[in-house]
Amino acid sequence: MNKGVKFTGVPSMEEIKGCPGTPGEERFEKGPVVSIECVQKIPCNPCEAACPFGAIEVGSSITSLPKLDEEKCIGCGVCIPKCPGLAIFKIHKNYSEKTSMVEFPFEYLPLPEKGDQVPCGDRFGKYIADGKVLDVKNDKKNDGTTLISVEIPKEYFMGIRTIYRG
Amino acid sequence: MKETQVVIVGGGPAGLAAGIEIAKSGGQVTVLDENKKPGGQLFKQIHKFFGSREHLAGTRGYEIGTKLLEETKELGVDVILDAPVYGIFEGKTVVYSKDGKQHQIKGDKIILATGATENTLAFPGSDLPGVMGAGAAQTMINVNRVLPGKKVLMVGSGNVGLIVSYQLMQAGADVVGLVEAAPNVSGYGVHASKISRGGVPIYTSHTVKRAMGDGEVSKVEICELDERFQMIEGTEKILDVDTICIAVGLSPMSEIAWTIGCDFTFIPTFGGHVPKHNENMESTISGIYVSGDISGVEEASSAMEEGRLAGIAASESLGLYSEEKAKELKGQVWNRLNTLRDGEFGEKRKQSKNVQISRYMEDANE
Repeated sequence: MNKGVKFTGVPSMEEIKGCPGTPGEERFEKGPVVSIECVQKIPCNPCEAACPFGAIEVGSSITSLPKLDEEKCIGCGVCIPKCPGLAIFKIHKNYSEKTSMVEFPFEYLPLPEKGDQVPCGDRFGKYIADGKVLDVKNDKKNDGTTLISVEIPKEYFMGIRTIYRG
Repeated sequence: MKETQVVIVGGGPAGLAAGIEIAKSGGQVTVLDENKKPGGQLFKQIHKFFGSREHLAGTRGYEIGTKLLEETKELGVDVILDAPVYGIFEGKTVVYSKDGKQHQIKGDKIILATGATENTLAFPGSDLPGVMGAGAAQTMINVNRVLPGKKVLMVGSGNVGLIVSYQLMQAGADVVGLVEAAPNVSGYGVHASKISRGGVPIYTSHTVKRAMGDGEVSKVEICELDERFQMIEGTEKILDVDTICIAVGLSPMSEIAWTIGCDFTFIPTFGGHVPKHNENMESTISGIYVSGDISGVEEASSAMEEGRLAGIAASESLGLYSEEKAKELKGQVWNRLNTLRDGEFGEKRKQSKNVQISRYMEDANE
């Protein structure tokens, strides 16, 4: 089967690792950071304006892929709800010794509550492991795009991207 | 008979944007729309738009619609609703019906912004209740707040199929799958990823073989396709569904342009036969402009920009702008349009638009 977003609807690991919005392995070790899983040249740039630290660059041709300056990114996640493609995730690999934290955009109801144990899924929505909801941010400025952060087993920090919806 | 400087047929994103530009230049303008509410498709587009700041990127479609309506009110654009236009006659007289009566309005210039209509797909059982256009389903959930069904199969992986699938899931439906005849997803990958994360399987190189049900859809049989788009026997799969949504493209709503004698050209990228037009969006009939999906099916952001372009050009030809001022304003719109028609998804549309304009120019030079 052909891999990649054009064939499956999900970017392959090669596409994600090869795109300029993905931080390098070393950066994940250093603390919270966003990963911009934007692999196709579509005309769009709200992420660039959203970053208060100037860590995201699209440039004058708005079809260029967003480039993440991983030194400037502090992992605040302000860009996540601004992405119309819901393609930005915040990752804190070393949240604790054995766990990571992943924050993702979520636009469904009902919303989970802080402290809930929830099944978590991958980019295909497939169940991977249970996680603990750390926060549910539903600020007005996010305009309906809720941010959910979950604590998950560390080995899945590049795999888990949503709550499994059953 | 009522007279005005510009009559616009269609109050969607293109028509409203055109009306705003004419009013801004000090022109008198009337927008006619057959619907009870203006805004076209914007009010059912609950997703955040792509683009740049000038295109209101990151803003949800219905909020863009609200902004356009506020602007038309502030600027005093005359909008007449529930008023289907059924003909345009000699001397640019637009005939429409309102409250069961025939009315006429004469404009010095006319802008056609009539939009597009959904394509259908024929298969055994496609006439069963429960089979509907994806746009119809989107209107039901996002405008009328009615869920068309609980278990949906979507046909077509363009942005409409992907976005409507996502919105059906947001509305509480279970999208059991998305079928696409081509070997790859044709819309934006990020839209596809949203439904994939929600657990929806995308069946590329697949089609609907038949819909089944007694009086309404209850099952659908899908089937794999070979490289020549022929069904592969033995690959059939039966899915339990109560709704099948068809999202296999749109065609320009061009009847009025045909009846008044605009020259057309065939451009598949734009949904089929489209009126030839020049860089001012003017058709082959002087003083008749086209903009939005009628001039080539794209999306709401480029429809608004084309509407602006037609509006500015119409104002210029009415003497409301100097040639210099109009050139500057039109240049800004063209820059934004070129930006939207850039990249791997836009390049083909940019080339097609050039072809459409060059075919107008060839005729003009004959």
